[in-house]
Amino acid sequence: MRVLYTWVCILITVCAATAGDVLVALAMRRIGDLGEFRRKRGVVPMLLRVLSSGVLFAGIFFMGIAFFSNLVGLSWADLSLMGPASAALTYITNALAAKLFLKEDVNRRRWLATIFVFCGVLILTHT
Amino acid sequence: MMVFGASGDALLARGVKQTGSIDVHHLLHVFAVLANPYVVAGIFSLLIFMCSYMTALSFADLSYVMPATAISYVLMTLLSIFWLHEHVGADRWLGILFIVIGVGLVAGEPLRTGDPPAAVTAIEAAEERR
Repeated sequence: MRVLYTWVCILITVCAATAGDVLVALAMRRIGDLGEFRRKRGVVPMLLRVLSSGVLFAGIFFMGIAFFSNLVGLSWADLSLMGPASAALTYITNALAAKLFLKEDVNRRRWLATIFVFCGVLILTHT
Repeated sequence: MMVFGASGDALLARGVKQTGSIDVHHLLHVFAVLANPYVVAGIFSLLIFMCSYMTALSFADLSYVMPATAISYVLMTLLSIFWLHEHVGADRWLGILFIVIGVGLVAGEPLRTGDPPAAVTAIEAAEERR
């Protein structure tokens, strides 16, 4: 049963983390370059603009779910399973979601980079 | 971003291990973990990570930022060698090699791809009219 719980946790963590990343990326894409925003209008309007984004908070909400589900998973399973599973898989799902939902140009080179990083993180976190 | 992301995770893992296993029937006990100083330090690190992450995403693609920040694993391994004097085996070096190749591949990519979202073009059009 513990194995099942762990994998459910991993699934929730990966899905929620991806949803969170995509929503935060979407929010920041809509707001635009923060450095430029700050230079043109100042720090306070920039902070107000960021904090008034509903999409951003939706993203942070999902990140929170991923965070707590990761905590619960870490308390059950060893870091050598939870770490690679949630960290490495999120790279793949994020690249997929960036292409599907954010319409980013995830070309062959970016996929290759993602897969290399996935393998690297898998090896590093598993050992 | 790299430093605080990795250290936040490490601090959290340590804190959670100290407080022990969470019963599936008492999932709300997850909040008790928040009292652990390592968990607090971990959350603080992740907060700083979050701000840097958002700034990066404001001018770069998610599919660019994600692989690029994996360099934090390399940084943590180097830290564990030079600071904690840990032994790093061949398998971990292989992992590092993979990550370095991955980051090197994405580094040559343009920061931002895809259409500018409708909201941005609308704001820019409104500004030009002013």
